[in-house]
Amino acid sequence: MSIPASITAERPRARAPSRLGYPLERWRRFRRHRGAVAGLLLLLVLSGLAVAAPLLTRRDPEGQALAQALAPISRAHPLGTDHLGRDMLARLLYGGRLSLLIGVLAVGLGLAVGVPLGAVSGFRGGMTDLVIQRFTDILLSFPGFLLALSLVSVLGVGLQNVVIAVGVGAIPSFVRLVRGSVLSIREEAYVEAAAAIGQRQYVVVFRHVLPNAIAPVIVQATLSLGGAILVAAGLGFLGLGVQPPTAEWGTMLGEGRQYIFRAPSLTTYPGLAIFLAVLAFNLFGDGLRDALDPRMPTR
Amino acid sequence: MTRFRWYLAQRLGAAALTLLGVSFIVFLMVRVLPGDPARVIAGVLASEEEVGRIRSQLELDRPLLVQYGIFLGRLAHGSLGVSARTSEPVVREVLGRLPKTIELALASSALATVAGIAAGVIAAAFPYSAFDYLLSLLTLSGVSMPVYWLGLVLIIVFAIDLNWLPAAGAEEAVSIVLPAPTLGAFSLALVARMTRSSVLEVLGQDYVRTARAKGLAERAVLWRHALGNALVPIITAAGLQFGTLLGGAVLTESVFGWPGLGLLLVDSIFARDYPVVQGIVLTFSSLFILTNLLVDLLYAYVDPRIHYG
Repeated sequence: MSIPASITAERPRARAPSRLGYPLERWRRFRRHRGAVAGLLLLLVLSGLAVAAPLLTRRDPEGQALAQALAPISRAHPLGTDHLGRDMLARLLYGGRLSLLIGVLAVGLGLAVGVPLGAVSGFRGGMTDLVIQRFTDILLSFPGFLLALSLVSVLGVGLQNVVIAVGVGAIPSFVRLVRGSVLSIREEAYVEAAAAIGQRQYVVVFRHVLPNAIAPVIVQATLSLGGAILVAAGLGFLGLGVQPPTAEWGTMLGEGRQYIFRAPSLTTYPGLAIFLAVLAFNLFGDGLRDALDPRMPTR
Repeated sequence: MTRFRWYLAQRLGAAALTLLGVSFIVFLMVRVLPGDPARVIAGVLASEEEVGRIRSQLELDRPLLVQYGIFLGRLAHGSLGVSARTSEPVVREVLGRLPKTIELALASSALATVAGIAAGVIAAAFPYSAFDYLLSLLTLSGVSMPVYWLGLVLIIVFAIDLNWLPAAGAEEAVSIVLPAPTLGAFSLALVARMTRSSVLEVLGQDYVRTARAKGLAERAVLWRHALGNALVPIITAAGLQFGTLLGGAVLTESVFGWPGLGLLLVDSIFARDYPVVQGIVLTFSSLFILTNLLVDLLYAYVDPRIHYG
């Protein structure tokens, strides 16, 4: 049998979309979203300040000078000092490093556990799916802040435990999301084709299915970062997060709270910092969603 | 069996299973404590007899599943053990504080629902107007605002600078005026956002054009026809927020010294009073699961278009 000419003939060269579609088109769509651009800029500024902290201030964020406690704004202390005479600017900058880092690590943990679980759940189906779904149901039945709080009450306070406590809370959304994507992608012809030519199941999942489910995962990860920072700072605020004297936005807010009558700025600066960081991630995430996956429902 | 009954049975079964799973996690909380759980619960200063009493109370020398069986058995009899701090039954401590938390959550929920719907409808009536932009700015701020900071800002402005309202406690009736919007801000933003988009969607439909064509006042079109048809999903979303508000109350109560379950939880975590921590976590999660179940079922019952499953 001869092969029809239409298949063998050279076809017009179209640039194949990468795994994220046409990057330039995505960027254009993102750029049109003014809020998203503002979010991205805010994000770059905040992370730039955090990274460049040692260049921007020579003060030690933990260096106490009790004689200068609660000093007002001055040249020596551009944002004043706290109740132990520590430089507020230095604490905010170094605190930002930690707060952003906790957010990134916690969401990283959520991704590392949630994505494979979701993929397995969607691809295997049956009993495996049922067990994983019940497990996420259970994680989701600790409302809001309660899961992280319960976890630190058992694990104890400190940086590592805060990352775990916040990260576990990020797992269910990734499981659900990836499972849903895998369920729909599983039916696509190219997945069937991959299975038909005898590729192993996990190769099919990791080479063909997951890369095509990646756009919503990126969006969800961005939005989760804002939430993770909020929860981690909330733990710090209660005194159950990163422990003093280490500078972290939530911990600073919790410490400053006792001086709210005498020095409201002790709570204003870290609170504003948390707010701006979460706002930036939310704006950026909304824009990414519109750019990467217009079919996703807006919140 | 009708489809609704089948759906009901399915949802009840799933909720029961989830509750069982939550109870197992809560049970495990104490068993995975580092070192000797009985010693940790009793505290460093407790006598050997005290530690022994707690060990036998928790049956820590029995196999894990047997321990869980005993835990469930006691739970079925309404017992959550006794507080390590006060030696009072945990159930009594929890029930003593629960009404305050429910009061706060109800006030926040009512505020979020009423104000959220009103703001959303007005924004939908004048899309892309100055009010609409202002609202989208406010809703975005609402979902990005740390509740604990919002609470502190409200205290600084209304309790310290203006001296209008009490900064903390729950002694006076006006004490709830600051905590309620603090806790409700996030839900308010969500409800407003959702109302705006669903009312806008409904406004584009044929029967709205018909209503306008027959000469109805714009106000009647908007509030009766458009909102009326968009209301079910909005109320559902607001209802689902109620459980979240209960859990979110922990931070708000802590900021305002509101004597509810959340404040007791934080105090108990610091005091390592694990029986009380267990009791509160279990109470919050069960309430969360049950309110969500109730809202889902009501939604399925009210809306004939729902896809069961």
